[in-house]
Amino acid sequence: MRLVKSGHVIDDRYVRVLDDAPIPDDVPVLVPAARFLADVADIARREAPTGVLWPNNRKVAELAPHLDALALVALVFPSFRDGRAYSQARLLRENYGFRGELRATGDVLRDQFIFLVRAGFDAFEVKKDADVAAFAGEIARHTVFYQPTGDGRLAAARARHGRPGPAEAAVAKGEPVR
Amino acid sequence: MYIYDELDRTLVAERVSEFRGQVARRLSGELTEEEFKPLRLMNGVYLQLHAYMLRIAIPYGTLSSAQLRMLAHVARSYDRGYGHFTTRQNIQFHWIKLKDLPDVMADLARAGLHGMQTSGNCVRNITTDQWAGVAPGEIEDPRISSEILRQHSTQHPEFSFLPRKFKIALTASAHDRAAVRVHDIGLHMHRNGAGEVGFEVIVGGGLGRTPFIGKTIKHFLPKRDLLSYVEAILRVYNQFGRRDNIYKARMKILVHELGAEAFAKEVEAEWQSIKDGALALDSALIAEIAARFRYPDYEQLEDSPQQLAQARAADARFSQWVDNSVANHKVPGYAIVTLSLKPEGGTPGDATAEQMDAIADLADRYSFGEIRVGHEQNLVLPHVAQRDLAALWRALDAVGVATPNVGLVSDIISCPGLDYCSLANTRSIPVAQELTRRFRDLDLAHELGRLHINISGCINACGHHHVGHIGLLGVEKNGEEFFQVTIGGRADEQARLGALIGPAVPYAEVADVVEDIVAAYLELRARPDEIFLETVERVGVEPFKERVYAAR
Repeated sequence: MRLVKSGHVIDDRYVRVLDDAPIPDDVPVLVPAARFLADVADIARREAPTGVLWPNNRKVAELAPHLDALALVALVFPSFRDGRAYSQARLLRENYGFRGELRATGDVLRDQFIFLVRAGFDAFEVKKDADVAAFAGEIARHTVFYQPTGDGRLAAARARHGRPGPAEAAVAKGEPVR
Repeated sequence: MYIYDELDRTLVAERVSEFRGQVARRLSGELTEEEFKPLRLMNGVYLQLHAYMLRIAIPYGTLSSAQLRMLAHVARSYDRGYGHFTTRQNIQFHWIKLKDLPDVMADLARAGLHGMQTSGNCVRNITTDQWAGVAPGEIEDPRISSEILRQHSTQHPEFSFLPRKFKIALTASAHDRAAVRVHDIGLHMHRNGAGEVGFEVIVGGGLGRTPFIGKTIKHFLPKRDLLSYVEAILRVYNQFGRRDNIYKARMKILVHELGAEAFAKEVEAEWQSIKDGALALDSALIAEIAARFRYPDYEQLEDSPQQLAQARAADARFSQWVDNSVANHKVPGYAIVTLSLKPEGGTPGDATAEQMDAIADLADRYSFGEIRVGHEQNLVLPHVAQRDLAALWRALDAVGVATPNVGLVSDIISCPGLDYCSLANTRSIPVAQELTRRFRDLDLAHELGRLHINISGCINACGHHHVGHIGLLGVEKNGEEFFQVTIGGRADEQARLGALIGPAVPYAEVADVVEDIVAAYLELRARPDEIFLETVERVGVEPFKERVYAAR
């Protein structure tokens, strides 16, 4: 597994903390959802960045009030066939205006990259090393999109008019899409 | 016809190139079959009993003559010379080789055809009335809204890995020819009290092993909100639909388990947060899509021209065909012509490459180059001048697609069954073929009147047996093929599931049983114009049951 962010392979600086282990102060940590919600007041006071590993069967609405305390939300694909985290990602980005790192974890394969990017993910724990090298090519091979999403790509209906629609305009201004 | 522009073409071309890479990775072993499966399914490629099967989308059932010729080319060059039109307005080729698939797709792309949205757990090909745009009394051409939905649901980044497949159907006529009440989302266009056009939204319908008639969750959805509301439904389903059991993963189960009211509330909450956002349809956007539909330049003609009356008087076979296969068109002097793909002894929905080429030529000559595919597995020429009907009939008859049995007992809807499909419990095509032989007498068929037989070779119900006036469902018992028989189902605006008449009957007896049911109907009907369905509704299942099982 390698971490790809902004098209490059990077080292994962986040330390994963198990449920009951103490949270170190000075390093970025990734904590499970239950732990995050239980200790959110303490976590909000940390200097170092905090990330949460959020399961795909829990409403992201629960996370919404605490997004300011988070530098990273890691969503989960237990299998690439289980697409719940795509909805969670769009809700976080487009409805709740989350602007930190949104990371896809689990069964993340190259043929999902474009969908993931369009849903708002910007970091990817890529399962197979062979897929890492394909990342840029997979993104570049798609140039036409029918749906407006929060990734700012121009939807075909608007491209035909030669003008951005509300989604693209919002993204350009750095605002939530809705 | 909807005319593709450069953007539509580019999207399809990129898809072909992507799929070529995926096939190469599969052939080299870089991808396992398990990993390749969802990728091929996103392009309409199934692995069946004997070979890969390719299903090609025919959005809302509209084909140009050039597209039909391309399908003929695929049948001839890569398959065994024929294709199979399905109950979802698609076409399938059953004998395609994996190594040929990228070339097939590239050929299809040249005609604006592809296999996207015909398989996998995504939003499937949007279906609508095969008479869209030509049916008298229609509110507006439902293909415009269908195309808006098609574009929005193609390669949707959020909804390409749903719990299960997702089917949307749309109709704009009071009489529903698109079976909208047995879809995940059914949209019935109508006008509200203020005269505005919108949709009744019906959700959670579906057939398969747990059939449900859909429930209305919104009586009037304005057109501007079509995409945002559908998006809200899909988002609720994507997050909360069951993924623990494939047989309970369709949205109908979620709607059933939550209850339609609670489901509607979830959708409403989601919708409120997005309805005024990027998906709100402005009139310019709708107009832009509408403008890319080309309509025929109709001549000013009179209804019922003299040539037609003369030709009918001169030839009883022609006259019978007109009565059966020709319907009223919204434009005076024109007609909608149904081409029966249900000849005696044939496989329902099959057409040979030669037939497809001939029909394409006839469409150019007589129907402004346009063909439709209906969910009853027949083809339609939607714009035929009434004065041309006799000439057209002779040409159609010569290629075997003028059997005057449209809507009659031998116009059977059937899945491919065990002859092709790895899911099937029983054969279904041979049952359909046998029934067309039993009911070969067209006078008897006309005497019986409207009667739909639907056959599914397994519980997945691809032949829509639940909504057949007579439905046959193949089941396996101790390694033997049996059929459960239902009667009284219907898929129209009064959609209802058929009722079981009794224990399953052996494969060898199923045609006899259908004959018994039909004989019972002839005795039971109150008057000659009481159709089978009405008789069943009036007398119930019991008299039919007695007749069928008394002798068994």
